[in-house]
Amino acid sequence: MTVSGPAGSGIPHLDVDPFDMKFFADPYPTHELLREAGPVVYLDRWNVYAVARYAEVHAVLNDPATFCSSRGVGLSDFKKETPWRPPSLILEADPPAHTRTRAVLSKVLSPTVMKQVRDRFAAAAEARVDALLETRSFDAITDLAEAYPLSIFPDALGLKPEGREHLIPYASVVFNAFGPPNQLRQEAIERSAPHQAYVTEQCQRENLAPGGFGACIHAQVDEGAITATEAPLLVRSLLSAGLDTTVNGIAAAVYCLARFPDQWQRLRQDLTLARGAFEEAVRFESPVQTFFRTTSREVELSGARIGEGEKVLMFLAAANRDPRRWDKPDSYDITRRTSGHVGFGSGIHMCVGQLVARLEGEVMLTALARRIEKIEITGEPKRRFNNTLRGLDSLPVTITPA
Amino acid sequence: MPAITFIHPDGKSDRVETGDGESAMQAATRHGLDGILAECGGNAMCATCHVYVDDGSLALLPAMADDEDALLDGTASERRPNSRLSCQIKITPALDGLVLRLPERQV
Repeated sequence: MTVSGPAGSGIPHLDVDPFDMKFFADPYPTHELLREAGPVVYLDRWNVYAVARYAEVHAVLNDPATFCSSRGVGLSDFKKETPWRPPSLILEADPPAHTRTRAVLSKVLSPTVMKQVRDRFAAAAEARVDALLETRSFDAITDLAEAYPLSIFPDALGLKPEGREHLIPYASVVFNAFGPPNQLRQEAIERSAPHQAYVTEQCQRENLAPGGFGACIHAQVDEGAITATEAPLLVRSLLSAGLDTTVNGIAAAVYCLARFPDQWQRLRQDLTLARGAFEEAVRFESPVQTFFRTTSREVELSGARIGEGEKVLMFLAAANRDPRRWDKPDSYDITRRTSGHVGFGSGIHMCVGQLVARLEGEVMLTALARRIEKIEITGEPKRRFNNTLRGLDSLPVTITPA
Repeated sequence: MPAITFIHPDGKSDRVETGDGESAMQAATRHGLDGILAECGGNAMCATCHVYVDDGSLALLPAMADDEDALLDGTASERRPNSRLSCQIKITPALDGLVLRLPERQV
C-alpha cells in the first residue's frame, strides 16, 4: 500500500483484487482493509476508485448527478466501450430518462400489487415446505432457495413454461458482466447467446400472459408512459434482476438461520420476526456485493479529489458491516433495526423489486419456522462464484419437523 | 431543535427531539421507536413508515408527491385522508410540536 500516485495525493492505493477467487472465498478481511485504509481508496489492479465505508457508499448512491449510472454500473465505461448487451433503460440510465421508466416499474411492483399476490406467494411457500418435509434431507440451494422463487416468480411475470431453465444462467451472466474482464466475465459472455435469445424472445408482448408483471409493463405503452420499443427492455430488467437476487437472498437467510440456531429459535417463538430475519440476512450477507458508478464531473468526496470520467466501486457488503454505522456488525441479529442498510442500494436506483424480495423472504421464512424445529447443516457448503453476487452453490441440510 | 410526538395505537406516546434537517421517520428510527419500520431507509419506496397526521397540522406539511400518493394506496393499515409517509415529512421549526399517530400495522 502506498499513499501517493497518479490518482491524487493522499488517496491510499491498495493492491487487492476484489474479483478473484481468493477474495470471494473470504472477502471479510479485505473489506476491513478497504474500510480502514481511508474513506476513498484506489485499486491499482483495475484502475478504479473505491468506497467501503457506510457514509461514503451512501453518499455516492445518493448523488446520482455526480456519480452517474448511464456509463454503466459495472467496470466497463459505456462512453469508451460498447456494452455487451443493449443498456438497461432503468439500471443504466440517469434522470430524466430514468425517472420515467422507474415510475413504470415502481407501479408494476407497488405495495398495492404485493397485497394482491401475497396469498399466492404464501401458499407456494407452504407447498414448498410440504415437499421438504417429505424428504427431510435436501440441498437448501436447489430445493429451497431456487425452487421457491422459480415456483412463483416466472408465473407472476407471465412467462411460458418452456425455457425457464435459461433464467438463472441469464441472470448469472448479467451479474458477472458488471465485473472486470476476468475469466468469470469472459466465459459468461461467451456462453450467453442461447440465454440472451430466450430472454429477448420472452420480453415480447405476445409471449407474456395477461395479468402478469410483464403484461402490466406492456400495458403502460397503451397509457403513453413508455414506447412499444421500451417495454420489452423493461421486462428484461425483471428477468435480469428478479430471480437470482431473491434466490441468493433466501439462501442467505436460510444459511444464517442454520448457522445461528439461537436466532432460529427466536424466530420460531415469534413468527412476526420473519420479515426482519430476511432483511437482516440481506444486510449480513449482502447478496449483491458491489456496483460501480462513473463520475460525471470532478468531485471531492470526503477530502479525496476524483476527476471526471472515473469509475467508483461501491462495496455495499462492506458498508453493511461498517462498525462506524452498525453495532456488532458481524452478528446476525433478527431483531436488529436494519433500516438504512444498502443491501438493496439506496437513492433513486434502489432495488425496484425490493418489495417482491421481502414478500418472498417473509412468507418463506414464516412457513419454514412454523413447521420445522431444527435445520442442521450436514455437509460442506459450496460457494458459487460470481463477480457481483455472493451466494452458495450447494448447502446440504437435514430438517426436523416441529 | 423541534420536537415531535408519536402516539401508538394503544395510546402511549413518545416525544422525540429531531436533528437538523431530519425527517420524522429518521428521528423515529434514530430513537429506536417501535411502529416505524422504514424498510427502504427513506427512499419513498416501501410504505412502512406510514403515519396519521393530526388534522390541524396537515396544511403545514410539505406537499405530497405522486410517488408518495401511490405508495399510500398500498399501506398495510387503511389509508385515511390524513395519511402520510413520515420519511417525506422534513421537520422544520414550524413543525415543532407536530403530533403523528401510528397505524396498527406497517406490513
